[in-house]
Formats: sequence, structure tokens, C-alpha cells
Amino acid sequence: MKRFKAFLTRTVRPAPAAGTEPGVSKYDRFGRRRGGAETPRNSGRFALAIGLFAAVYLVIGARLVEWGVEPAETATYFRSANQSMSARPQILDRNGRVLATDITTFSLFAEPRRIIDPDEASELLLTVLPDLDPKWLYKRLSGKQGFTWLRRELTPGQKQAILDLGIPGIGFRSEKSRFYPGRSTAAYIVGHVNVDNQGTAGMEKWIDDQGFRALQHTGLASEADLTPVKLSMDLRVQHIVQDEITKAMERYQSLAAGGIVLDVETGEVIAMSSVPDYDPNVPSQALDKNRLNRMSAGLYEMGSTFKTFTTAMALDSGKVKLTDSFDASKPIRIGGFSISDFHGKRRVLSVPEIFIYSSNIGTAQEAERVGIEGHQAFLTKLGLLSKWKTELPEVATPTQPKVWKLINSITISFGHGVSTTPMNTAVAAAALMNGGRLIPPTFLPRTPEQADALAKTVVSKKTSDEMRYLFRLNVADQRGSGNNADVPGYLVGGKTGTANKVVHGRYSNTKKFNAFLAAFPMNKPRYIVLTVIDEPKPEKGKYYATAGMNAAVMAGNIIRRSATFLGVHPQFGDAGKSLLVSY
Amino acid sequence: MMSATTRQATSTIIADWWRSLDKWLLAAFLILLVAGFMLSFAASPPVAERIGLEPFHFVKRHALFLVPSVLVMLGTSLLSPRGVRRASFVILIGAIVLMVAALFFGTEIKGARRWIDFGPLNIQPSEFMKPCFIVICAWLLAEKVKRADVPGNLYALILLLIVTALLVAQPDLGQTMLVAGAWGGLVFMAGLSWLWIVMLGSVGLVGAAGAYFMFDHVASRIDRFWTGEGDTFQTDRAREAILNGGWIGKGPGEGTVKRLLPDSHTDFAFSVLAEEFGIIACMVLAALFAFIVLRGLSTALKQRDPFVRLSICGLVFIFGLQSIINMAVNLQLMPAKGMTLPFVSYGGSSMLAIAMSAGFILALTRKRAENRSYTDQLVHRTWVLHGAA
Repeated sequence: MKRFKAFLTRTVRPAPAAGTEPGVSKYDRFGRRRGGAETPRNSGRFALAIGLFAAVYLVIGARLVEWGVEPAETATYFRSANQSMSARPQILDRNGRVLATDITTFSLFAEPRRIIDPDEASELLLTVLPDLDPKWLYKRLSGKQGFTWLRRELTPGQKQAILDLGIPGIGFRSEKSRFYPGRSTAAYIVGHVNVDNQGTAGMEKWIDDQGFRALQHTGLASEADLTPVKLSMDLRVQHIVQDEITKAMERYQSLAAGGIVLDVETGEVIAMSSVPDYDPNVPSQALDKNRLNRMSAGLYEMGSTFKTFTTAMALDSGKVKLTDSFDASKPIRIGGFSISDFHGKRRVLSVPEIFIYSSNIGTAQEAERVGIEGHQAFLTKLGLLSKWKTELPEVATPTQPKVWKLINSITISFGHGVSTTPMNTAVAAAALMNGGRLIPPTFLPRTPEQADALAKTVVSKKTSDEMRYLFRLNVADQRGSGNNADVPGYLVGGKTGTANKVVHGRYSNTKKFNAFLAAFPMNKPRYIVLTVIDEPKPEKGKYYATAGMNAAVMAGNIIRRSATFLGVHPQFGDAGKSLLVSY
Repeated sequence: MMSATTRQATSTIIADWWRSLDKWLLAAFLILLVAGFMLSFAASPPVAERIGLEPFHFVKRHALFLVPSVLVMLGTSLLSPRGVRRASFVILIGAIVLMVAALFFGTEIKGARRWIDFGPLNIQPSEFMKPCFIVICAWLLAEKVKRADVPGNLYALILLLIVTALLVAQPDLGQTMLVAGAWGGLVFMAGLSWLWIVMLGSVGLVGAAGAYFMFDHVASRIDRFWTGEGDTFQTDRAREAILNGGWIGKGPGEGTVKRLLPDSHTDFAFSVLAEEFGIIACMVLAALFAFIVLRGLSTALKQRDPFVRLSICGLVFIFGLQSIINMAVNLQLMPAKGMTLPFVSYGGSSMLAIAMSAGFILALTRKRAENRSYTDQLVHRTWVLHGAA
């Protein structure tokens, strides 16, 4: 301790013992280190330290340069939360027409603490926004808050008018708001967004579920980066479908109507609509239960259109040939039920006759020949009994009996006993028209090559050819049920379906669900057109409301109006050439 | 009344001081002080507003500390090396006592007991402890270098253990790292054998690993840095601020991202500088720190007295490490660690303490006759040429 004290007060002190043996000690007799005038400086370590520090500072400088040269586009610039959270990609139809886009609106806020005269301010504001409640407005403006919203989503004109008033303490924040120029035209496909500009239905929801919402949250979704989303829909055809079903609903005083146009080669949905519909600019309308996309989210017993699949199954199984005949003279009696024909011929019918007369008795016998298991397997193979996973979130899952018994198979053969969506029906029919390939439906553009990769063969080419013959026969033949769908030159084919609806657990005789499943042109089908109409009443001056009287007419109209847009050339044959020339 | 002779003596002292002073270093320190004050206009009003003070609260306090800081710096720079040592000894003892007291009576802020209230003044004794601790360690190590029989190294080690124990108890891991790092550098510069250096280095690594596993917040910060996941709000905003500023900045008062930075006036002042004055200004600032460190080290190399040499090294190490850690965190080069930027960040007692250590550096780097001894140089040259006897 004594030494320590001394050591505190003196810098250099003669070493007591060192120095007696000059050759041995590190210190000389003056207590100083040997070998030089001073202690070693460790210059090497100094150089190392200097080098290290210089290197670290250089790294810092390099990082600054790196961040300095970072291009401005990738820099996540500070943006107001409103703007970055709400920019969304445009939605376009297959030809680039705008279905949904962002527009800038202005939201008015006040900073009550900065408002000098709330009385004057509220009076002035009321001149531009007369629908604001004066008392409410005055209360808001005279409060003590720092910030309060007054009105959201104003137009640029209103904004300018308010700015011209020159009121201190109010301001605007620009916000993005979603706009659907087509209003209800494509409402069920495009969908809509909620007040925070997040997709809640249709393709808008799909965009969000693709990770777009995550992108929005990180602030990366700036307007510049957003590539528009193109749909498979053709807005022109969509409009025609929308127009026809709207008119049909009125003409036949029905509860609802719907239509779908599907590309048989690619599975693209070209148009799909359902009425009653809603305006996506007013999303609250969509809350009405009745406003439902019946084509993909509605489940129906499709009725006689299902005979298409029963016939195809029977032909594809090889157990029934086109030339076979079945006895349809007597109703089938099973388990206390009696199955009879609507247009009863009461005689032996050939397979094509069964199809065009829409004979329940004949169709049931065709199904019986395939067997219950084969029947269930075939409908499953065609995707009629399972949910199609599409981009659209609003898709229903078909229902079927838990256990298939003979009675089920018989009723299902003519379209009762399973409920499926019109979209499932159209997709399955497309497989029967395109040579037997089942292609999943899509709402996004798809090339034939991509479709080929997804396609599954479900029936033979021969069956497909025979079905095309039957389809065309049903429209072209005078005896067929689908005459009203014929459009000269476009070789329309199709099958009607008039299903009795279930009311209070029993099949009603008056309430019907009608459908027409059409395809054209039948020499090489390009499109499926399926129309449905719920509880139609007979047209003025007519006595029947069967599918041939309404659904077939709707399908015919849609084909007549849209065929040119769909790029299908009319074929009038030899007889028609002179007609074409005369045009 | 000063007598004629004392006045003359004083003027001689002042003249000697001015002649011997390293004016480049003095200029660098003063520029930093002024830059820090200017930056406080940009960096602190948003923070003051956020915590409900009047906008220029921190600016005023910064200004308030500016004059005493300059006085402390110039005052301490008048000291002789022996004076520096004695002052350090006294302050070190005082600071350690206050640190112990802070553990028991201190005000707890953000979960740490680092501050002691003296009426209006809130003092963080560990800030004053740092430079004094380094000076005393330098002296202990220097004695060991001069004389083999002095247990300087051991005393220095004990002192380090005491100080780190107190810092960990607060807890203040940033300062612990800083002090341990500077101490390690000092020992290295004192010429400790490589074997010892490797051993001490491993102890340091074990300590760092221990901190990772023992303190959750340390682990999460390091994880966040490596994985980029979790709450990286501050560092992300800092990056945004720097990118937003670009090369020449948005201009004074034009920064927007700085408003989102909770610690814009202290740990992230560098980012605010970038946003308003640009990356070039940041480079100038970094260059200023680099200049101080490198000039300090090269001046230290010329010192004959090992105590002076090591003291300068240690003080400059603290100064440099602190600036490097702060800038590296701002630039996402290392995990987030609260560390003030010397002279630039706001902080009353830290500014005074840094002014004091700057004063020490200035005092120790003054030109002294002993370093110019012609005979010594001759003897040294002879020794270099002809080897040891």
C-alpha cells in the first residue's frame, strides 16, 4: 500500500533493485528501461489501430454512398398512410376495357382548435355542403379536438368551392376511392371493396388474397408498380348477357335470371351475370340476400338439362348406342313414385327421340343400364358434384344424396336429386362439346396451350361427336324442344330444362326453374351459353312457361347479339351464300 | 486585483497553452459542437412536441449546455498530463460513488437506474466515469510498462471489473460494451502479449454471448438485425429518412420521416442530419470523427510518455467507438444499440462529459518539449541503427 501511495504521486521513480546487474535486467540503474531512450511505442499496433479505425469509417462512408445512389423508385418514400394503403390495380376486361379503377377524392377535415369563428365557418361550409346537419357541424367545429373529419369523398369541384370560402382551420386529405364505370354490368365478377379499399368480393377479393394486401401493408403498393389485372371477360358480351337476362326477368316476371358464356377450348368465362344484381359503387347493396351470383353461388336442381349428361354417360359407357330404343309407353313405378313424361309420346323411343322429346322414362332407363355406381362416378368425373376452385370466392359446393339408391339414380338422370351450380353445368357441358376434355373454369385469360395442360379427358371423341349431333338436332329439328334458340347461320345446339322447384319439401307443379344449355356453332363448338330463369310466368299471350319458351329464347338472343364479338363467322351453307352476297 | 506579475504569468500560461494546442483538433471539436446545436433545431422539436413539451425545449437545453461545455473543454485542456491524471482520479472516485448511489436512490428511467437528480440537473455519473476510468487505466498500464514490479495490469483489470459490474447492474449494456472495448484497445496498445489478448478476447466473447442469452431485449435486437423480422420500426424509419434526404437533403426543417423517429434527437440524430442536410453532410460528419480519431492516434504515437500515449489512445477509442456504433446502427450495419453521437446528440450530462474528455485529449496532445528532445531522438536513432546493448 505504501508503494501504491508513492506510485500515485510520482511518475518516474528509480527502481530500487533493478540495475545492479546491467546485463540481466530490463532496466538500467536509473530505473529506466534498457534498449532505448524510452519505453517501446508498439508502432505496429498503432498502425493496426489506425488502419482498423480508418477501415470502419470507410465502411460507413461506403454505406452512405450505397444509400445515396439507391435509385429513387425503390426507395420506400414516406407517403401519407391513406394513399399507400389504398392504391389498387385496375381491373380490365380481355380487351383492355376498364372494369374497376382508382379515382382521387378529397376528404374534408377540421382542426377545431385553429378555427377562429365556428359560427361563420359552419355557415360558410353549409353553402357548399347544404346536406350537413347545421347543429352537428357547429358542434364539431367549436370543439377542442385537434382533428375531426367533416365529410369524406368530395369531388374536386366541391373541394375548390370550399377552398374558395377561405376558412382557416380546415383542410383536405386526398384519398383513393374505387370506381366501377360499368356499375352493375359485371358486378358479380369484379366484386367490390370496403371503405378501406380492401377487396371483399369477386375478383377484388381475389387480388387481395394473392398477397396484394400484404403488399399494401408494407407500403410497397404504390400506383406506379401496380400492373392492371386482366380478366377473361369480354365486356361487350357481358353487357349483352346482362341486358338479356334483365329484360327476360321483366318479360317473364321471374324472381331471378342468369347467364354464362364459356369458352369450350380454354375454360375461360367470357361473361357471367345474374339478376337481381347490385352496383359495386354502392357496396352496401350487396348485403341484400337476394343479390347473389346465382350462376356460381346458387345451387339448383338443373332438371332436364342433366339429361345431356345421362345420355352422354350412356353412350360413352358403350352399353347404349345412338340407334338403340327404349320403351317409354308406360310410366316407371318405383317405391311409390310414378315417373312419367311431360310431352308423353307413349311409345317406343329411339335415343335421339328421348333426347329431343326430353323423355324422363327413356332417360331413366338409359341410366339404369349404366348402373348406380357408374352414374355417380360419371357425374363426379364431370365435376358436377364438387366445388370448382376458381379465382372467384363466391362459388357453392354441389350437394348429392349421401347414399345413391336406384330411385336417386333415376331422378338424377333427369336432373332432380342433386343440386349443382349453373357454372358446374356449363363446364361439364363444355367437356362434352370440345371432344371430351374437362377444363377447369377460369376468370383470367388462358391460352389453349395452358388449357390443354389442365385438361382431363372424360368422354371419348365419339361420344362428344354424338352429343353435338343430339344438341343440334334438338334445336334444328321441328320436334325438338329448343327451336326457339336457333339463330340462322350459327348452328346453335342445346338442351332445355324445366325443373319443378321444391316448395315446402314437395315438388311444386307451378313453380319452375328453367334453363337452356346451348353451344354453338355445332360443327365445331366454340362457346357454351347457359341461361337460367327462376319461376318464370308465361309471356303475355302465351300459355306455357317451359324452358323452350323463355330460357331458350334468352340463349338465342345472347348468341345472335354476341356471336360477331366472339369471332364466330356465320355459315349459311350453299343456300345462304346468295343471302350473304346480297348483304 | 491581479498583480502585474501574476497577470504576466497568466498571460504566459495562456500564450503557452495556445502555442502548444493542437488547433486542428480544437477546430474539429468546436465544429462538432456547433453542428450538434444546429441539428438540434431539426431533430428535437418533433420529440418535444410528442412528449408534450414546448417545441424548442430541447433546443434551449442544448444551448444552455453549450457554453458550460465549451468552458469545460477549454478549462480541462489547460491541464498538464499530471493534472489530467489527478482530475481523473478524483472524478472517477466521485463517479463510482454516485453510480453506486444511483443504484439505490437514482431515478428509474426506461427500466434503468442511471440518473441522479441534483435539483434541476439530471446527472448520469457513468458518462463522467468513462473518460476518467480510461485515463486511470492508461496510467496503471503505463506504470507497468515503465516498471515491471508495479502490478498496474492487475489494478486495471480490477478497476474494469468494478466498473462493468456497476454498469451491468444499472443495466447499461451499451456503456459496458463501450468501456470494455476501449479498455481492451488500451491493453492492446500497451503491448500486452498476444496470448493474453486472445484470452481476454475470448472472455469478452463469452460475456457477449452471455448477454445474448441472459437479456431478452439484447437477444431480440440481434435476432431482428440478422433476420430482418420483428419490430424494426426505428431502424427502418432511419433508413427511410436517409433515402428521403438523398445526397443534398431536403433542406433545414423540411424533413418528414424524422417525425416518426422516437429517438430522433439522440440515437438517430444522424438520420435526421441525412434527411435534412443530405448524405454529403453525413459524410463530412463521419470524416470529422475519423479525423479526430486518426489524428489523436497519430499524435499519441509521437508521445514519449507512455501514460500520455495510452491516455490519448483510450480517450480517442471511446470517442471513435461511440461515433462508429451510433452511425453503424443508423446505417443498419449492426444491431440497434442506443448510443449517443458525441457532441451531436442531445443529452446534458453526456455533453459535459464529452467536453471534458475532449478537453483531456486537447490537454494531452499539446506539444511538449520532452517530445522534441534532440538527444533522445539521437539516442533512439543510435539504438535503432546499432541494436540494443
